[in-house]
Amino acid sequence: MSWLLLALLAVPLAGAASLTAPAFAGRAAGRFGIAVSALTFLLAVVVAVVFDYGDAGRMQLQTDWSWIPGLDLRFHLGVDGISLPLVVLTALLSLLCFVHLAWRPPDGGRVRALVFTLLVLEVGMIGTFLALDLLLFFVFFEVVLVPMYFVIAIWGGRDRRAAAVKFILYTLLGSAVLLLGLLVIWAQAGTLDMVELAAGHGAGIARSMQIVAFLAVGIGLAVKTPMWPLHTWLPDAHTEAPTVGSVLLAGVLLKMGSYGFARIAIPILPEGAAALAPWLGALAVVGIIYGSLACLAQRDLKRMIAYSSVGHMGFVLLGFATLTPVGMNAALFGNIAHGLITGLLFFVAGGIKERYGTADMVRLGGGMLRRLPYIGSLLTFACVASLGLPGLAGFWGEMLALLGAFRPAAGLSRPLFLVFMTVGGIGTVLTAAYFLVMLSRVTHGRPRETVPVGPALASAEEVRVVLGPGEPVATGTAVAEVEESHPPAGRLADVTAGELVAWVPLVALTILFGVWPKALLDLTGPAVQAIFGLGGGAG
Amino acid sequence: MIQSIDYTAIAVPLILALTAGLVLVLDAFLPARPGGGRLLGVVALGGVAAALAVLVAQAVQGGVRRTFCVPASLGGGESCSFVLDRFTLVFTGLVLAAGVVVVLLSMAELTSGRVPVGEWYFLLLGTLTGAVLLAASRDLIMLVVSLELVSLPVFALTAMRRYDGRASEAALKLFLVSVVSTAIMLFGVSLMYGVTGSVYLDRIAAFYASGQSAAPAGVAPGVTTVAIVLVLAGFAFKVAAVPFHFWAADVYQGAPIPVAALLSVISKAAGFAGLILILTTALASQAAVWAPVVAVIAALTMTAGNVLAMRQRQAVRLLAWSSVAQSGYILAPLAAFAGVPRDAAGASVAYLAFYAAMNLVAFGVVMLVARARERNDLDDYQGLAFHSPVAALSLAFSLICLAGLPPGLAGLFAKVVVFRAIVDGGLGWLAVVMAANTVIGLYYYIAWTARLFTPLSTGASRPRSGPVAVAVGLAVAVTLAFSVAPQVVLSAVG
Repeated sequence: MSWLLLALLAVPLAGAASLTAPAFAGRAAGRFGIAVSALTFLLAVVVAVVFDYGDAGRMQLQTDWSWIPGLDLRFHLGVDGISLPLVVLTALLSLLCFVHLAWRPPDGGRVRALVFTLLVLEVGMIGTFLALDLLLFFVFFEVVLVPMYFVIAIWGGRDRRAAAVKFILYTLLGSAVLLLGLLVIWAQAGTLDMVELAAGHGAGIARSMQIVAFLAVGIGLAVKTPMWPLHTWLPDAHTEAPTVGSVLLAGVLLKMGSYGFARIAIPILPEGAAALAPWLGALAVVGIIYGSLACLAQRDLKRMIAYSSVGHMGFVLLGFATLTPVGMNAALFGNIAHGLITGLLFFVAGGIKERYGTADMVRLGGGMLRRLPYIGSLLTFACVASLGLPGLAGFWGEMLALLGAFRPAAGLSRPLFLVFMTVGGIGTVLTAAYFLVMLSRVTHGRPRETVPVGPALASAEEVRVVLGPGEPVATGTAVAEVEESHPPAGRLADVTAGELVAWVPLVALTILFGVWPKALLDLTGPAVQAIFGLGGGAG
Repeated sequence: MIQSIDYTAIAVPLILALTAGLVLVLDAFLPARPGGGRLLGVVALGGVAAALAVLVAQAVQGGVRRTFCVPASLGGGESCSFVLDRFTLVFTGLVLAAGVVVVLLSMAELTSGRVPVGEWYFLLLGTLTGAVLLAASRDLIMLVVSLELVSLPVFALTAMRRYDGRASEAALKLFLVSVVSTAIMLFGVSLMYGVTGSVYLDRIAAFYASGQSAAPAGVAPGVTTVAIVLVLAGFAFKVAAVPFHFWAADVYQGAPIPVAALLSVISKAAGFAGLILILTTALASQAAVWAPVVAVIAALTMTAGNVLAMRQRQAVRLLAWSSVAQSGYILAPLAAFAGVPRDAAGASVAYLAFYAAMNLVAFGVVMLVARARERNDLDDYQGLAFHSPVAALSLAFSLICLAGLPPGLAGLFAKVVVFRAIVDGGLGWLAVVMAANTVIGLYYYIAWTARLFTPLSTGASRPRSGPVAVAVGLAVAVTLAFSVAPQVVLSAVG
């Protein structure tokens, strides 16, 4: 059955390759994208079905070929309890993105090119979670950069160029440092095989080199995750990216960073992790508070969700920093939960932006629940899930991370982590605050029309007043366009069938993991136990 | 003393030199008629291809061939001037493969009829002969002579586009820079000969390895250091390393594009071959002296090249500075020679091979676009993906390769090889500098790549040229092969 993992990579790759055939016109490309990603998702489900849940801590379905002996690089793939949920999540989100795309083609046109880019992106994302060779991991880690650059730079919003350049330069800087860290591990341990290295628990690597390597690998991954203060690329990239780009960025790309901590940094460099965990924890809680405060100050819906990711990933990093099984499980759970919930949030925010023509909270006005009851409800649901309401997926990751901080690993300063826990707790309150403020502004209240329309708005000056500074100067035709793209309140279309198909799976999974967290924790538990050398199955 | 010459060993340079002569004779005696230039191009191409075939046969045969040897009876062991070993084979293969591409590009360049065809191919083949000889040279005299054989024809090639002010300026600049560097290097070489009493690299190495005990009386120990620095400076000119890099942009831009490609790949490879030979064979035991200098030069070179490339608006100038930056990456592993002697030289050669393939793709596409747009600004590449998708994809691939990102795996693996050598050699700071430089480099490569895919409202002509298409196709095929199976290169240099 080891061909399954290979097929997971080969199917989207072959799909992308066959898109270069000239036969694909616009709509056909969209449908082809759905077919390919559906097949990929099906394969991911099959992997989940044949996966031996009794032995989730062991690498399964391995493929191990020599690729470049000169670099010791082996084409080594496998899944265990840590990577399986992420692989399925990636395949699912990709499929949903293609469904969304078929329903609403991108503004920039060129559907075929976008489908091609997203399929290449999917190869990189899935490959990162499957790779069991340090250099192979790095290769897949890098594969996503160029496609994502183009997704932002071609199909993005108004400041897309700057955002795309910032994204790729920032993450490449992280990757370069990551590569140095991986090479230090290689130079010290003499192997690139992650399974072997993880089983060795840092054997053969001196403590000082472990600290150096953890620092380099950690910085590289922290840029991607992102960790405060290396997060500054994220708000721009998320805000300017098209909806599918934001969903995949938040839902999967950020997870590649945190996955790296769980797969490489902590298992392979335990002493380095122990030495630097307090710093990681401190930066994580600063990120939680900073993200929440930044959210409170945002006017743009997408930008606010982007900053909320900084806070949520802070909880994930705090979980890792505790170096306990509880904390690791919390982090891995939070990873998946954040992928589901933030994916949903960006879908809904994208839908709102398409309808209102803006994502500015002030200009959105209030009363969305009355004007667009379904979308308003979905937004409320996603926000409430994101702020960590018990019974929904967002709760467990944060609660368990704080619990992990309550009793950190032996050797870590307990009072320090109690401070982290307290600060993190304040962060949850702030998170609730900004989401509720946003909801009260946008969904509740009296419906106010976004753009006043009608005969009164006839001159360019008035359009400019309404649109605010910085918008293009309008003439009579532009006024007509404004009316066209911002239909008056009564005519805003509520959720469509295509959107429901794309969004409902995320809602369902958020509820499922909220009421039944064991489904996921049982999967990650044994693998986490193995990381700490506690023996499988005890968790 | 009667020297016996092993003609099979020197077959490759011999074929190239004979073809050069043949081209000149054909040009003189063939009736001047339109299309005659094409025949000369085919002859030159045939010569390079034949040399390549001989090389493949030699590689398959394996073993080490030596000729022009001094017998052991004349003191010391047997030393040879011309050695055909693995290093030579790899460099010769690189030079000849690049030579094929440059000849193909020349065929397109020469259709304009403004350039004398026979002289062009003669000089081109002369350069190739020099480059091939240089890789096989194992004594100082032959190294200097063949390095000059590489350089001298290039001045003339650069100036060949008569009545073009830029070309003349470029040729003069190149001439002055090159002559000065040769003079400096000769001074260093003569000092080295004076100290060690031999021009053969293996004897020099043996001298230094045995300690300074055999040093002639009255020679200060600092003389060797001076010699090393002078030789390094001479080669730094050739490979356009800091602080002798300033000529690169003007010369590349002024020269015809095939010559710029030749300068950036063949002439540079020759410079590196000489540098690697002297440093890692003759001066291996002096690594403590030269390695730190090389490290600093490498760091400065990659930084200066990348920073200067960021501001460029013209395609060839950008490639010029980018190739300066890439020189820095090639130099970097040599600095780790003291720690990992085997890997260091291997990493440099491997990076050079990867770089040659991807850079030739870029030059090929630039040549193609230059035929339609004389100025060849980066803005001229806007929307290339919509009217000539294959050319645009090739260029995008080579730029991403040069940046070192997937899907340009060749570039990524090249960087990994270099990083590995540096990290293994314990030069952490250099690795960090190089990491930062990778990011700076990405900025201009990706900006150029993005232009290719930006829609352009005005229609543009579709530049076409058969030989250039073949050249780009060959280079892309090699780069793709290097991406999928970099082991080909790694096992050849390892």
